[in-house]
Parts: sequence; structure tokens; C-alpha cells
Amino acid sequence: MNDLLREQAPISAQAWSEIEAEATRTLKTLLAARRLVDFNGPLGWAATTVPTGGTQKLSPALQEGAVARLRTSLSLMELRVPFEVAREELDAIGRGARDVDLDPVRNAARAAAIAEDRAIFRGYSPAGITGIFEASGAQSLSIPADYEAYPDVVAEATHRLRSEGVSGPYGIALGPRCYTGLTRSTDRGYPVINHVRELLDGPIVWAPAADGAVVMSLRGGDFELTVGQDFSVGYLDHTGTSVLLYLQETFTFRVLTEQAAVPLTYPAAERADAS
Amino acid sequence: MAGSSGSLHENEQSLKPGSIDRHRAIVSIMEELEAIDWYDQRVDAATDAELKGLLAHNRDEEKEHASMMLEWLRRRDPKLDEHLRTYLFTNKSLLEIEAEAEGKDGGEGSSSASDGSLRIGSLRS
Repeated sequence: MNDLLREQAPISAQAWSEIEAEATRTLKTLLAARRLVDFNGPLGWAATTVPTGGTQKLSPALQEGAVARLRTSLSLMELRVPFEVAREELDAIGRGARDVDLDPVRNAARAAAIAEDRAIFRGYSPAGITGIFEASGAQSLSIPADYEAYPDVVAEATHRLRSEGVSGPYGIALGPRCYTGLTRSTDRGYPVINHVRELLDGPIVWAPAADGAVVMSLRGGDFELTVGQDFSVGYLDHTGTSVLLYLQETFTFRVLTEQAAVPLTYPAAERADAS
Repeated sequence: MAGSSGSLHENEQSLKPGSIDRHRAIVSIMEELEAIDWYDQRVDAATDAELKGLLAHNRDEEKEHASMMLEWLRRRDPKLDEHLRTYLFTNKSLLEIEAEAEGKDGGEGSSSASDGSLRIGSLRS
């Protein structure tokens, strides 16, 4: 038995499979950054840190003439989303029901996916994570009010990447507002998103946790998501009517080359409305 | 003495190329382990100190060869890989480890992914 304590849950193998399938489907639909950044792992539940290669000089000195340095590392954060499933629904799975209510699983998976992406795109300072938007902020471009002008901005972003010596393929993560705006806009009858697609040789990714958009290189070695325990479902407790489970992962994220992304951001006044 | 790599038990035409290569590796591992055993006994029996040292040195090289060959085999045999991961480099009673491993595989409530991971991994295409 491992730390997830699954063997203690009053859940049949068939019901576990349904829960896992539902969580996997939702995660794969919503996770955006994993379509764009390097994936390192899974290193396992016991993995704790990622070495950064840096050191920090320590003072006071232990002994005259002796220099002490502390090696720096980035700790993996634990992300856990508890959820409760009705035992009635789990029993129905065993009876062959096809319309089982697994909304709590979907909601937990949605929250977990958005949390991971938010840490990657926007950063999460309590865990020492600097997001892509912040790390590459110096190269930001403003999002035009008119979506027809969007291809020009994307072209400018890829030009900036090339000028910095960052090769492709280039992809783009679009926040919900950008994605909706682009998919609804047309330029003389031609969808603007198709213009954008022609400028990029990488994927166009719908990224619910991104505020704005970001054009980034997928050449590798620039953005690193390190996962200890990949998303897993564990058991917490149960009553006569429900089972309390959780979705959990451990991870951290590093931007290794700040020049490898160009964020497209809304003007400050509009940012509050952008989701 | 283990047979040569030609000592197949079935008609060669009915065997897959991978099985024949693994057979070669398995026979090599048997030969290396057998050599270790022979050297061990010769080290015990030798009366000349220099010869004793030479035999021990050669014996330890056979251990390196056996380990390399075992690793080659592990990389091509998922079940062997699974068992080696379960038992090697542990400190607990091996029978206890076996009981735990079997409980994990067969218990009610365990899923296809025995460690509970959804194995999402990278989504880059």
C-alpha cells in the first residue's frame, strides 16, 4: 500500500477505473502548459527538490579562510484537491449504469489543472515559482483591442524570438478571452485564428489559466515542469453515504530561458476583467 | 557448464529474433555467474598469493560483465524489470516484500495503475 491509501477505500476496481478515466479525460482537456513546456518526471512521491545549480554564500564564516556556500534548489509543491463522491453513484457503476454523476471528479480535476497552469503561466511565489508571464515580462507586447490586428502582434512576437536567437517551433497559449475573441473574429470572411495558425508551426493551445496570451518556443530546454508524483487519486475517509477522495500531484516549474517566450498582455486597466 | 548460444530448445524457425537474442544474453549471464563460482573456489584453493590476487581480480571482472548483461536483459524484459525494481536494493525481508507486492496487485479496490497515478505525463504531440 502506498501513501494514497486506496486499498482502504470502499470502492470496487470498476468504480476506481471510472473515477480515473473521468479525471484523466478532464485533465487532458484542460491542462495547457503540458502541451508547450518540457516535462521532467515523474520522479515519484519521495522526490523533494530540483537542483538549480546555484549556490548562496553563507556568513559568518566558519573558519578564517574557509568559504561556505549553500547549494540552492527548488522544492516541489504538493497540490491536493479533495472531493466527495456519493456511494450510491459508485454502487451504480457496478450495476452497469452509464449516467453516473461524477461531477465532483470533474470539478476536482478542473481545479487541479487550472492550479498547475496558473503556477506555470502566472507564477506562485509561496512555492518559489516564477511564471512565464513574469519571467519573460520584459519582452511583452500589448494585445490590440481589434482582433483583426492579432496576427500582426503574433508575427512581431515570433520576430522577437528569432531576433533573440530562439528557434522554433513556436506555439501560443491563449487565455479564454483571447481564444474566444480570435475564434469569433473574421477578416473579410476568413477566421482570424487561421491567420494566426499560419504564422506558427507549433500548437495553438486554449489555456484557461492564462491572462492574455504567450507565444513561446517549443525547441526544448527553455521551460521545465518537474513532476514528482503525477496526478493521482487517493483516499481520505468515508461515511455510509459518501467517500472522500483527493486528486494530488507534486511539482515545480522553472523558466530556464526568459527570451524564449513573448507574453501578449492586456493593458493594465483591462487586466482585471480578463480571465 | 551452460550451453553455447546455439543451444536452443525449440526449432529456430519458430522463434522470434528477440527471443533468440535474449537467449544469447541469458546464456552469457549463466556463463559469467558460473565463472564467478569457479574463480571463487580457485581463490580459496590457490596457495600462491599473487595467483590468489589475480584470480580474485578476474572473478570481480566477471561480476561486472554479469551485471552489464543483466541490465541489457532488464531493458528488454518488462516483467523482469518489474521484479528487479521490487526486490533489488531493498533491506526488508524478501518474503515480506513479496507479500506486499502481491497484495498490491490483487487486492479488491486496486486499479489497473497499481500506484494510483493517472500517468498524464507530457501532452506535447
